[in-house]
Amino acid sequence: MSVDRRNFLKALGIAGSTLAMGKSFGSPPVSKSDTEFFGILYDSTLCVGCQACETACAEKYGFPLPETVPAAGELRETNEARRVVINCYNTSKGEMYMRRACNHCNNPACASACLTKAMLKTDGGPVIWREEKCMGCRSCMISCPFDIPKFEYNSPNPKINKCRMCYELLLEGEKPVCVENCPAEALLFGKRRDLIEIARTRIYSEPDKYYHEIYGENEVGGTGVLYISSVPFKELGLRTDLGNKSYPEYNKTFLYSVPLVLILWPAFLLGLHSAFVQGKNKKQKEEES
Amino acid sequence: MNREENTGFLKFIMYELKPKGKLLTPFNIISMITILAAVVILVIRFTSGLGSVGHASQERPWGLWINFNVITGVAFAGGAFVVTFMVYILGLEKYRPIVRATVLYALLAYIFYAGALLLDLGRPWKVINPIIGNSFGISSVLFLVAWHFLLYMGSLFIEFFPTVTEWISLKPQRRFFASLTLGVVIFGIALSTLHQSGLGALFLMAKPKIHPLWYSEFIPILFFLSSIFAGLSLVIVLETIGQRVFGKNMSFLNKSSHRDIMLSLSRICTISMFVYFFMTVLVFLHGKNFQYLNTLWGSWYLVEVLGFVLFPCILFLFGYRRLNIKLVRIGAVLTIIGIILNRLNISTIAYHWYDSALHFPTWMEIVVSFAVIFLQILVFRAIVRRMPVYTESPSWVVEEKQIRSITVKDKLFKLNTRREKWKVSAE
Repeated sequence: MSVDRRNFLKALGIAGSTLAMGKSFGSPPVSKSDTEFFGILYDSTLCVGCQACETACAEKYGFPLPETVPAAGELRETNEARRVVINCYNTSKGEMYMRRACNHCNNPACASACLTKAMLKTDGGPVIWREEKCMGCRSCMISCPFDIPKFEYNSPNPKINKCRMCYELLLEGEKPVCVENCPAEALLFGKRRDLIEIARTRIYSEPDKYYHEIYGENEVGGTGVLYISSVPFKELGLRTDLGNKSYPEYNKTFLYSVPLVLILWPAFLLGLHSAFVQGKNKKQKEEES
Repeated sequence: MNREENTGFLKFIMYELKPKGKLLTPFNIISMITILAAVVILVIRFTSGLGSVGHASQERPWGLWINFNVITGVAFAGGAFVVTFMVYILGLEKYRPIVRATVLYALLAYIFYAGALLLDLGRPWKVINPIIGNSFGISSVLFLVAWHFLLYMGSLFIEFFPTVTEWISLKPQRRFFASLTLGVVIFGIALSTLHQSGLGALFLMAKPKIHPLWYSEFIPILFFLSSIFAGLSLVIVLETIGQRVFGKNMSFLNKSSHRDIMLSLSRICTISMFVYFFMTVLVFLHGKNFQYLNTLWGSWYLVEVLGFVLFPCILFLFGYRRLNIKLVRIGAVLTIIGIILNRLNISTIAYHWYDSALHFPTWMEIVVSFAVIFLQILVFRAIVRRMPVYTESPSWVVEEKQIRSITVKDKLFKLNTRREKWKVSAE
């Protein structure tokens, strides 16, 4: 097929108008949230702080059962032997509970920081850690905006400990144990999109009870675990200064410049070399001769 | 090689393996004690985990070995790419005498500091995963840094290898490796650009954890810029010490050009530090960080930027202008302290700055950190005492170079005459 000017201009016009009016012509919206991830919805107003999730998780993965109970003003942390904790906070509406575990970000910083792909965002949504790949560099811990991955500092064969949304159970079509064992139904498991709808419905149907936001809907580019509560999330110890940009985006400019530098730098340097060194040698030779 | 040569070579190696110089100097004793203590500490570290010797915590996962030895130490190895750039790319022959020492220092820095990285890895037996196998985390900055470390170590080794061949008289090998120099220098500069800035990029995703005065999206650029004068300042200090310690064996050229080189380096430091300072101010303004200046963190930031960037920059300027080499040296030492401050601020001090407690390394971490540095110095000294780093190359190298330049001239002459012929025919 030959391309003459008329055809070229035609194609250019079509391409241009498609680009300009693509949306109005009804092309489907393309966004990352199209991927159907599984997630967990935590409703702080329903949580009674019974620690059933903590116990179920510890039993399932062979960790010691929780010894402390959530108490207001006392911050309990996940650690190398605890993947999920419930904390109690004194808020403007009395004592409230908040869950702390991996948020299974849509675009997780830990996985993008991992140089061995030990930290992996699976297709279904859980972010899992794989022992056979990890070399223990702990850059996932540096990168995670929630400080979730925990490292066994006192072991000669250390592992990273974090919630994996019971990935193996999910593969068998079951729910994570924390959701399964929650007696107050404060935890819901499902497709992230459905969970957002449920959360919205709850907020709209009881507008006075709920704080009108879903934590995790947009935070750090969206997370798999979503939170709703009756008070602003800041009062429940959640960080609200993390921004809505997904964290791997912060690396993007740098990583995109890598191939450019690797291609352009040597060429530029060779040019400099031939201008300075070879030019000088030539001059010398001319002077000598 | 026949048998006689073989035994001769063995004898030579045996002779060279013997320690040279006095054994029981204060430096040797201190460094040996430190290294022995570090070995004991490392045994504990590998049997009962990192937590048994270090203070790294869940909130601050990287301790002194990564933040000081790797992230700070590698900045100081930046001298190699700057000096090779000036000598091989720009053809500034003036700096030729310091090339070998600088490259050797950088090579050892990378070997030992990458080694320090191994000590800090929780599962070092998996270190091969990002290099061979199917576990390439290509979206990871650390993956890039790891590969670049590895490739750059190779480049530096090839850059330094001609010196080794001069030591054990491998004539053909010298010719081969010397011919590779320009290529690996160019490759090495590209790699250095990327991994010096990559070390900064490691912290890009730690945005919510680093104090806004130190965090910016320009960390990679600032890291790269600062590695230029960090490396050169270290070269100034290294050369100063080198002149004192190895002065009597130094080649005439090395000795006589010392002052001139130091002053020229200080000029480059002035310029690059000023650019860095200017960038820092821009980043500060861009981030609208005025409100932090009144806090304690703000004062600490000003100490770093004014006291250890702008002040040494001015010292370098005056040192160069007034031909005062003492000022240059003071400037270099201050710059080195400033770089240590900057790297530790980003990676440790202003990391998780909202924590109430200050973070200090344990004495065991410090001992191992120093042991790594001592080990590097000892190996550096051992190599300098044996190979022609500061001393003159053996006579056969000079002869060979002359022969080569004659043949090159001959070729050029032939080429030129041919060109002239063409000219005639074209007319």
